[in-house]
Amino acid sequence: MDGTGGGAYLRIRHLTKKFGDFVALRDVSLDVHEGEFVCFLGPSGCGKTTLLRAIAGLDIQTVGTIHQAGVDISSLPPSERDFGIVFQSYALFPNLTVARNVGYGLESQKMARAEIDKRVSELLGLVDLDDQRDKYPAQLSGGQQQRVALARALATSPGLLLLDEPLSALDAKVRVHLRQEIKQLQEKIGVTTIMVTHDQEEALAMADRIVVMNQGFIEQISTPNDVYAKPVSPFVAEFIGTTNFIDGVMTADGRISAAGVTIEAGGDNTAFTAGDKVTICVRPEDVLVTETADGRNGSFEVTVSDVEFLGSFHRCHVTPTRGNGTGFMADLSANHARNLRLEEGRTLNVLLPPAFVRVYASGETE
Amino acid sequence: MTDSAATTTAPASAPTIKPKVSSEDWIMRAVLVGIALYLIVSILLPLYAILSKSFKDVDGAFVGVANYAKFFSTPALFWSIQNSLTVTLICCVIVVPVAFLYAYALTRTCMPFKGFFKGVALIPILMPSLLPAIALVYLFGNQGLIKSWLFGYEIYGPIGIVMGESFYVFPHVLTILLISMANSDARLYEASTALGASRIKTFFTVTLPSVRYGLVSAFFVCFTLVITDFGVPKVVGGKYNVLATDIYKQVIGRQDFEMGAVVSMVLLLPAVLAFAADRVVQRKQVALLSARAVPFQPQRNPATDGLMFAFCGVVGFILISILGVAAFASFAKFWPYDLSLVLNHYNFDLMDGGGWDSYFNSIELAAWTAVIGTALVFTGAYLVEKSNGFLAGRAGLQLLCMVPMAVPGLVLGLAYVFFFNAPGNPLGFLYHTMPILVICTVTHFYTVAHLTAVTALKQMDAEFEAVSASLKVPFYRTFFRITVPVCLPAILDISMYLFVNAMTTVSAVVFLYSPDTSLASVAILNMDDAGDIAPAAAMGMMIVITAAAVRLLHAILTRGILARTQAWRKR
Repeated sequence: MDGTGGGAYLRIRHLTKKFGDFVALRDVSLDVHEGEFVCFLGPSGCGKTTLLRAIAGLDIQTVGTIHQAGVDISSLPPSERDFGIVFQSYALFPNLTVARNVGYGLESQKMARAEIDKRVSELLGLVDLDDQRDKYPAQLSGGQQQRVALARALATSPGLLLLDEPLSALDAKVRVHLRQEIKQLQEKIGVTTIMVTHDQEEALAMADRIVVMNQGFIEQISTPNDVYAKPVSPFVAEFIGTTNFIDGVMTADGRISAAGVTIEAGGDNTAFTAGDKVTICVRPEDVLVTETADGRNGSFEVTVSDVEFLGSFHRCHVTPTRGNGTGFMADLSANHARNLRLEEGRTLNVLLPPAFVRVYASGETE
Repeated sequence: MTDSAATTTAPASAPTIKPKVSSEDWIMRAVLVGIALYLIVSILLPLYAILSKSFKDVDGAFVGVANYAKFFSTPALFWSIQNSLTVTLICCVIVVPVAFLYAYALTRTCMPFKGFFKGVALIPILMPSLLPAIALVYLFGNQGLIKSWLFGYEIYGPIGIVMGESFYVFPHVLTILLISMANSDARLYEASTALGASRIKTFFTVTLPSVRYGLVSAFFVCFTLVITDFGVPKVVGGKYNVLATDIYKQVIGRQDFEMGAVVSMVLLLPAVLAFAADRVVQRKQVALLSARAVPFQPQRNPATDGLMFAFCGVVGFILISILGVAAFASFAKFWPYDLSLVLNHYNFDLMDGGGWDSYFNSIELAAWTAVIGTALVFTGAYLVEKSNGFLAGRAGLQLLCMVPMAVPGLVLGLAYVFFFNAPGNPLGFLYHTMPILVICTVTHFYTVAHLTAVTALKQMDAEFEAVSASLKVPFYRTFFRITVPVCLPAILDISMYLFVNAMTTVSAVVFLYSPDTSLASVAILNMDDAGDIAPAAAMGMMIVITAAAVRLLHAILTRGILARTQAWRKR
């Protein structure tokens, strides 16, 4: 999939947004395809909400263009764009019933009363709130309010659905349930959707593609799998999931000397030359821990310095026995840990599989 | 599947995007500019007219500071500055501590009958400031009931002014202190108690610092209200001249409009300074409150509660007495010789001052002021808060909305005379009509109403307008269907505030009424001038009864609306 292809539904080019001296977006370019579910993911202040508001026309960019369905909407006010939006606060009208909230956009479209009622019922059925139609927003639970906001945003059949942290005001259980519902609903009606979130789990579970942002830049645009498995920068690797960062130096044979041992890395590392300072990343769950070397190439002996019990798995901190004292984390499933009789002070054997070891120039980490 | 961010480079000089202004935005901007123009015409231009008048002679020729020189070389005139400052500062020293204790009793003790005392404290708001002064005449005047209590001193003069003003400004000062006390954080008191601090120490380390901005603000409000008030010194000032009465005397008594303009400028200065200082302090107070503060719950303490009850009892007794004396005097046949109760004094048509017509004119003025003023103020506040872009215009209107508060009513009224009565002013046809009284009164009380509306609008979800735009619903539809209904309690507050003030105000309109548009408050003034004190008190009571009825109606309406719409307010 070409990220800058011509067939994109939403085509964003070189977007920069300044608030006074503060630059919130720096030369952001991005394509969103028809029917796609894209998540903007990043820490607070990374520019993800600014980008969403630029797409909606609520805070129009300083420089750059946005095309939607082939039309240049760069300078249009929100009322002349084609989108539905759900805010973190939901912004439900407190003095209107659920049905009136959902039908609010239809009433000014000169639709017949009966037709509006029919559409409202259809939408409330879609979000499973038929029986709540005559209640006021304040009488609903947070999750129900969120679904009303979603139905209202979809009522006018917009070409683009924008969700601004729609789940972050809800408690954990409701959140997990609702994210499945939203995802299913989106697939069912096929509306192109952009969701802003700071919750990586949410992004990984819902998105077709994730746009990872940091300090106004786009760090990476990839499928959830690739963002997790092939982070293009230490920032992405650290922001999503848990990662070991180990400082090292490139050796003449293309391997890395780190933590006092020599580690082999997969991928194309020809950009580095011998003597370059590098940082290697490997996720704790990718570290292979065994009782003995068992003839594995590149494995080395470690001492367990600490074991953390985290429910379904154990996270142990290990230090290479013949290393320089630098350690790292390895995750072991409960039964694997039992088989290895995992405990502090135990000596085990560790392999960092080259395919899961990624090398970055040192100093890229923040 | 991996694709990194697009790598094409940006054009060397990418054009800055100029947001398209929608037709709705144009409508909003046009209305906003319209309201700004209204304020420019109704406050800035008149202020300019009075300022330039103070530099001109009778024939309109520019004479530089000659008028000011005359003012400062006439002891009878410039001594008024000292007189004004003296009585004002004495009032502040009396009222602020009394109101502070009263507010303390209402918020920090378990004293009984709090609701009653809260209501009693509002009595002075219902009257024109002329009325308490008239009551003082009945108590301490030459034929006063308790004249001897003054040990031979006369009520006409600084004593009377201080007493009358203290009564008149009490509720305004109290309201500010109540708000700042209500905002205190219970957690600080718990911490102080846990650390073993005594009640006295807690008072000085927690209570006082947390209300210090409120105290400063209360001081400035007291200062501004007293120094600009005209009703009290007009009735009991006697030969003790203050700035406010000097303006009136120069203009109405001596027809010296230029000197009236000069005294107005002299009076404007402290009012503007106090206003500016208060704004600075208020801005600081905002940062003081944290969202996580826990409301303070007072604990029983028989000694303190009893002491405070006694204190509030005394203050409340004084407040009720003033009202009671005014009411009694309005019915008494011939004070103090024949105290049998009659309705003679309410037969206004037999007196000078416009008769019953002036009362109905006041009702008409108050109704128009409430309706037009509320619509104007709320629309203006909405556009300042919720319209898109046009930052300069919105900031400009916000600034204009603050100006009226700094302008004393007498100055505003006189400024209207100069501006609207100037030959060649196309708006001159308004002079001496009901509309000019409405315009003047709306503008006079604009700022407080505006701030009330802004507060209510700020509490609304900031995204309602964005959602409406995304649903292609025109802004005015959302304004009438969502914004207005949700803000209805605040809208009722504003209209009641405007109505009651239009009923009681005398300072601005005293220069603007005509024989056909005489007002109840002006009638009090004229009847008092003519020596018809009892009818003046009777007319004052009509205003009190009307204002009280409107407040009652407001309370019933607000409760009704809250009950009817409780479904969506209930959390």
